[in-house]
Amino acid sequence: MSSLILSFDWYRVIVQPWVDDFPITFWIVLMGFLVTAACGLVGNFLLLRRMALVGDAISHSILPGLVVAFMIFKTATTWVAFTGALAAGILTVLIIEFIHRQSRVKPDAAICIAFTTLFALGVVLLSMLESAGSFHIDADCVLYGEIAFVPLEPPVVWSGYELGPPSVIRMALVLMAVALGIAVFYKELVVTSFDPGLAQSLGMRTAFWHYGLMGALALVVVSAFESVGAILAVAMLIVPPMFAAELSEQLPVRLGLTVLHAALSAVLGVHLSIWLNCSAAGALVVAAAFLFVIAWTTSQVRRHLGRRYAEPQAANVPVIGASS
Amino acid sequence: MRKLTGLALSLVCFALAVPEAAEAARINELSDSTLIGRAARFFSFSDPSLRNALAGSMLLGVCCGLMGSFLVVRKLSLLGDALSHAVLPGVALGFLWNMSKDPLAIFAGATLAGLLGAGTVQLLRATTRHKEDAALGFVLASFFGVGICLFTMIQNLPGGNKSGLDKFMFGQAAALGRSDVILLGVVTTLALVAIVVFYKEYTITSFDAGFARSIGMPVQAFHYSLMLLLAFAIVSSLQAVGVVLVSAMLVVPAAAAFLLTDRLGRMLIYSAIFGMISGGAGAFFSFVGRNLPTGPFMVLAAATVFAVSLFFGPRYGIFSRWWRQRSRSARISRENTLKAIYHVLEDQGFTSEQVSTHEMAERRRETLEEAQHQLGVLRRHEYVTMSDDGESVALTPAGWHRACEIVRNHRLWELYLTNAAHIPADHVHEDAEKIEHVLGEETVHMLEKRLNYANRDPHGRLIPGVEDMRLTVARQRGPTREAWFGKMPGRP
Repeated sequence: MSSLILSFDWYRVIVQPWVDDFPITFWIVLMGFLVTAACGLVGNFLLLRRMALVGDAISHSILPGLVVAFMIFKTATTWVAFTGALAAGILTVLIIEFIHRQSRVKPDAAICIAFTTLFALGVVLLSMLESAGSFHIDADCVLYGEIAFVPLEPPVVWSGYELGPPSVIRMALVLMAVALGIAVFYKELVVTSFDPGLAQSLGMRTAFWHYGLMGALALVVVSAFESVGAILAVAMLIVPPMFAAELSEQLPVRLGLTVLHAALSAVLGVHLSIWLNCSAAGALVVAAAFLFVIAWTTSQVRRHLGRRYAEPQAANVPVIGASS
Repeated sequence: MRKLTGLALSLVCFALAVPEAAEAARINELSDSTLIGRAARFFSFSDPSLRNALAGSMLLGVCCGLMGSFLVVRKLSLLGDALSHAVLPGVALGFLWNMSKDPLAIFAGATLAGLLGAGTVQLLRATTRHKEDAALGFVLASFFGVGICLFTMIQNLPGGNKSGLDKFMFGQAAALGRSDVILLGVVTTLALVAIVVFYKEYTITSFDAGFARSIGMPVQAFHYSLMLLLAFAIVSSLQAVGVVLVSAMLVVPAAAAFLLTDRLGRMLIYSAIFGMISGGAGAFFSFVGRNLPTGPFMVLAAATVFAVSLFFGPRYGIFSRWWRQRSRSARISRENTLKAIYHVLEDQGFTSEQVSTHEMAERRRETLEEAQHQLGVLRRHEYVTMSDDGESVALTPAGWHRACEIVRNHRLWELYLTNAAHIPADHVHEDAEKIEHVLGEETVHMLEKRLNYANRDPHGRLIPGVEDMRLTVARQRGPTREAWFGKMPGRP
C-alpha cells in the first residue's frame, strides 16, 4: 500500500513543478484549464436542457469517426481526424433523433443504442485495420487521452515568436470561439434553453439553436478528447456546471464560476497527478469532482442552517415547506 | 407453471456454466488456415476454451437481456452505462486486494463500487436540483476518473504492469476462464430465479411505483435488489465485453424486444433470446476472424436485431407502419370513389346502373385520366365492372354494399352531430368525411339506435339501410324505394 500512495513530499509535489519543470507544468495546467473551461461553458447549456448525456454519446462516437476518416483519406493528419470526428458526432445526434422520433424507444435508450453501436463499429474497423497492419490508433488513448504529451509537441512558430504547442493553441481558439458565441448569442441560448415555447413565439428558430449547440458540443468534445480522452471529456462537460449550479442560481454567475472551477481543478489535478504519479487526465477529473463535493457540502450545510434559522416573513403567513 | 419452467431454465443455465477448463489465451490459438475450416471447428465445439467463451457469451446475453428489460421499461437505460463505468475503481481495488486477478475479489469490489454509484445517483437527485442525466453523468465520469487514476497507479507498482486489467476496458471472451463462466452462470440463475419468483412485484414497481407504495410494497427494497442484480450482471460481463459496451448488451436487446411487444413477460423472453443470439454471434465472429475482439461483435449483432425490429417489427416497425398507412390511404381513396359513384346514381334517381367516366370526372372535378385511373383501381378490387367500350362502369354487389355502408356512415354521423352534439348542419360534413372510413358495425348499430332509426340526414337525403345493401341497384328505382322504406320494420 505504501508504494501505491506515494508519500506527500512538499518539495516534489508543490515546488519542483513550478521551479524546475516550469514550462512542462505550465503547458499542462493551461491545457487542462482550456479544456475544462471550454467544455464547462457549453455544458452549462446542456445541463439546462437536460441533455448532459448527449455529450457522452458524442464523445464515444469519435472513435469510428477517426477510423472512417482515415480509411477514406488514407492519412492521419489533425484536420482529417478532426473532420471525421466532427461528422461522427453530428451523425450520432441525427441517429438519436431518428430513433427517438420514429419509434417508441425512449430518448435515453436511443442515446445508449446510438453511441454504443457506433463505438463497437469503430473498434471492429480499428482491429481490422490493425490486423491488416496499415494503421494504429491506441484505443486506450482515445479513452483516456494523454495530456502529459502536450508539452512535447513541437511548438507553433508565428512570425518569429514561439507561441506554444499546437494543441494548446487550438484549444485556446476553441475556447475563445465558444466564449464569443455565448456572449453574442446569449439571449437566444437562454430563451431557447429555458422556454422553447416562448422562444418559438418570439420567432426564434429553436431547431437552429438546438443544432448550433450540438455543433458547439461536438467541436469542444472533439478538440478535448486528444488531451483528456473521450470519457473524461464527459466529466468536463458535466462537473463544472454542476459545481457552479450548487453555488449560484444566476446563469452569468454560473458561467463565471465554471471558468473559476476549471482553473482550480487544472492546478489541483496536475499536483494530484504528480503526487500519486497517475494519469493527469484522471487526476483532473478527480480534482474537479472533489471541488464539486466541497460545493455540494457547503450548499447542504447552508440549506440546513437556513432552514433552522429562517425567520417567518410574516406572523400569519405559513412557511411553505417548513418541517412540521 | 411459469415458475417451474423458470426454474428449469435456470438449471439449464447452470449446466451450461460448467464446461471443461482450459488455459488458452485466445479462442483460436490452434490456427486453421481457412475461414470455412475455422467455422467448422467452431460448430464442432471441440475446443474447450471455445466452449468457455461461447457459454460465457450466451449466458452474458441472457443475463444482460433480462436486467436490461427492466432498465428500458423504467427509463433508466443510461444507468447501465453509468454503473458499468462506475465499477472501474472497484475492479482496481479488487485487484489490489491480493495483487492478482482473483475473480471473487474483483467481483466483490466492483459490486460495491456499482452500488455506491447507484446510491450516489439517488443522493444527488434527492439533494440537488440536477436532473437524472446530470447525476448519471457525474457518477459515470468521476468514478471512471478515480478508476483511471487507480489503474495508472497500479501500473507503476512492481508486478502491476502485466496485470491484464486493460482487458476490462474492451473485453475478450477468449480470456474467460472456467471460474468466470461459473460466475456468469450463477448470476444468470440468480437473476432468473429472482425475476420468476418476484415477477409480479417487479412488474408493479417498474410501471407504477406510486400504486405499489400505496398497497404497502417495499418499493425501495425492490429497486435496490434490482440494482444489486444489475451490478452483478455488469461486473460478471465486464471481462467478456468491456466497460464501454456492457451498457449496449443491457439496452440494445431489451430495446429491440420493447419494439415487438407490449407485455413485460414476453419482452423479457425476447430480450433474453436476442441477448443470447448476440452473444453467440459475437463469439462466432471473433473466433472466425482472428484476433477480433468479442464485445464489439456482440454489440453489432444486437444492433442488427434492433435495426430489424425498428424497421420491420410487425406492430411498431417503421416500414410496417408506413405500409399500413399506405394501404389505409389507398382504401380511403377507393371508398371515396365508391361514394362518388353512389352520389351520381342517387342524383339520377337510381334510374340507371351505369355511371360514365365523364360523370365521375365532372362530379369529382378531376380530369378524365384521373377518373379512369380510380375506376380502374376499383375494377381491380372487383367493386365495379367496366362496359366493353371502357366508357362507363356498374357496381358489383360487393361494391354496392361498400358504397352504401360509406354513405350510411357519413349521413348517420352528420345526423348524430346535429342531433346529439347540436352542431349546425352546415358544419358537420368535414368531420363525417373522416369518420365514415373508420366506423365499425358495432358503432353504427349504436348510432342507429340512438338516432331512433332515422332515415334522413340533416340535409334531407335518405340514409341507406341494411336492406338497401342487399338489393341491387336495379331494384332501387324511384318510388319503390320510398315505399319500401316506409314498410321497413322498426323504422318510424
